[in-house]
Amino acid sequence: MNESLHLWLIPILPFIGFLLNGLLGRRLPKAVVSAIALLAPLGSFLVVLIASRTSLPHSETYGTWITAGSLNINLTFVLDQLSLVMLLVITGVGFLIHIYSVGYMHSDEGYWRYFAYLNLFLFFMTTLVLAGNALLMFVGWEGVGLASYLLIGFWFQKKSAADAGKKAFIVNRIGDFGFLIGLFLLLANFGTLTFSEIAAKLAANPAMTGGILTAIALCLFVGATGKSAQLPLYVWLPDAMEGPTPVSALIHAATMVTAGVYMVARTHFIFDRSPLALSVVAIVGAATALFAATIGLVQNDIKRVLAYSTVSQLGYMFLGCGVAAYSAAVFHLMTHAFFKALLFLAAGSVIHAMGGEQDMRKMGGLRTKTPITFWTMTAAVFAISGFPGLSAFFSKDAILAAAFASGSLGKLLWFVGLVTAALTAFYMFRLWYLTFFGETRSHDAHPHESPWSMLGPLVILAVLSVGGGWIGAGRFGAFLSPTLGTKTEEVTGSLELMMMLLAVAAGALGWFIAHRMYHQRSAAAQLTAPAPAGYSLLQNKYYVDEFYGFAIVKPLIAVSKYFLEWVVDIAILGGLAWLLAGVASFSGAILQRWQSGNIRSYAAWLALGAALLLYFVLAPHVFGAPSLHLGLAGH
Amino acid sequence: MHIASQEVPLVWYLILSAVLFCLGILGFLIKRNLITVFMSIELMLNAVNLSFVTFAHQWHEVKGQIFVFFVMVVAAAEAAVGLAIIIAVFRARSTLAVDRIDLMKL
Repeated sequence: MNESLHLWLIPILPFIGFLLNGLLGRRLPKAVVSAIALLAPLGSFLVVLIASRTSLPHSETYGTWITAGSLNINLTFVLDQLSLVMLLVITGVGFLIHIYSVGYMHSDEGYWRYFAYLNLFLFFMTTLVLAGNALLMFVGWEGVGLASYLLIGFWFQKKSAADAGKKAFIVNRIGDFGFLIGLFLLLANFGTLTFSEIAAKLAANPAMTGGILTAIALCLFVGATGKSAQLPLYVWLPDAMEGPTPVSALIHAATMVTAGVYMVARTHFIFDRSPLALSVVAIVGAATALFAATIGLVQNDIKRVLAYSTVSQLGYMFLGCGVAAYSAAVFHLMTHAFFKALLFLAAGSVIHAMGGEQDMRKMGGLRTKTPITFWTMTAAVFAISGFPGLSAFFSKDAILAAAFASGSLGKLLWFVGLVTAALTAFYMFRLWYLTFFGETRSHDAHPHESPWSMLGPLVILAVLSVGGGWIGAGRFGAFLSPTLGTKTEEVTGSLELMMMLLAVAAGALGWFIAHRMYHQRSAAAQLTAPAPAGYSLLQNKYYVDEFYGFAIVKPLIAVSKYFLEWVVDIAILGGLAWLLAGVASFSGAILQRWQSGNIRSYAAWLALGAALLLYFVLAPHVFGAPSLHLGLAGH
Repeated sequence: MHIASQEVPLVWYLILSAVLFCLGILGFLIKRNLITVFMSIELMLNAVNLSFVTFAHQWHEVKGQIFVFFVMVVAAAEAAVGLAIIIAVFRARSTLAVDRIDLMKL
């Protein structure tokens, strides 16, 4: 019954790929590097597929990691409905993106390094998802942060890429700090970090609500805002677009950034007990969705539009978590992985076609030049806009319905979500029109279709984006209910139909406005048109980076320079060092005189010392007086 | 006061030993010639030997005498090594004045 599924193979295969390519890749021919890199995720995907046929949940323990007092942390992997969905997305989409990368990175010098990092990422990501306790999850959590850093800064010769990598890493540190505090609180209050044990203790203690659980939930959520790019820690994700485009697709759209959503879903039993924390999650999610979508309206870099779109869609997922519709959030996570990976890969194909150009103002007219990219991108654009029957239609609808059903705050959040849906449709169709329609606005580019290694994954992902919604429509919640509970209230009947119609209408409105602005008017006229009020505010991303720079980075640098460097380092620590050196050399200068080099003076000192010792030893006996002695004299 | 035999009293031996030892120290400290210094060391060793023998006789203990043999053996070895060093020093520096053998000084 409980036979081993060899879950350990899932992370280990990519790790072997990482070791082989990372250590030997430089000397291996490209074909071998590609083979190793592709076989690793394929193998993991197959193991997941085989494992999915077993009865869930299934857990495997490979030994004890940490034992300290009553604390016992095992190396445990758990496969349940939630981690199964995540694993299928990670290894499946990951495999497709690996194939795509073979075409996209074919002429890069760091080909082997790229695939080593990509496999390393899969190792940590699968560890994160499979982890049966929060500490093992944290290992994966930090590991994907490392892989993300390495891949954002993959072209480290470019200063902007290196800076973006550092920014991502540092901003994530802030979130990880919250996560870590959450872990400590869990440990202090439950004495264990194993998810199932915490859930059992909570279930056995139904009166336990609010208070410490709110604190734990909020700390964990701070971690999630860092990794999943939510307000106020979203700033790293747009900059992360400096990395290669397949990396943006895999790490910064489909998988890693959804780790926060996964973590909230995984620890949902804590969030469920804290209405306050849930409200915070929902409000932050909705606010981020709207905020990022408005910025996305005016971006001109094709990848930045998608980056803000990702932030916005992640906000949707947190909105779903915040109204306790975890299965809807995970459903959206899955469909988002399909269509956003597709959008990024298609954008990569466009960039490839344009010879590296990312500015949409210089594109246009690619519809006929790159037909397959166009049609797959079209599928993704319609999917994300919530076109009826396509994937995001179902998942976004599920989240919005759950929000609507959860009280008066939920109605407000539902409205924010609806507005965001319209904005989403607008910026996606803006991208679509600017890129593929009209006349080409670049004269030195010769657009060409990408190789089949890139188009193949596009086509598969397009099929998934179109049809992915049908996988889960209506039954996803039931499938996940053993893991996530069945709290989602179903909105039924005419109300549900109304909301669907409203959501579709919002999407259609966004499309209509984009059509009017970017298709009916010539693009050139649009680009030279006077900027509407607020345009500059959006163009500058609400000056958030500037604000952070002014409010946090500048003061930190000032404190580091004027206080830590000058006062602490140079004055205090440096002064102490100089003082010690001064004492040593001064006393050395005095003691040096002792070392006359004259043997007889040494001998004289020796004799004098011996005589003194002898005196102290013998004096009490000779003079009978309790005189000064060194404890040598016998009592 | 009854004196059992015509033996020399213990304290005389000890005084002799102390005098010899102090002579040795004095010689060690004030003589310049390395060989004389070396001989002063031997003198000190023998002063100590004398007191060992004295106490051994006094208390009818053989240990003290055994110690003396050890000291003699060590002194012989020391003489061999020490004289060799003295010869080496003389060859290198053409002098045996201890004041002038101060190359180790900073």
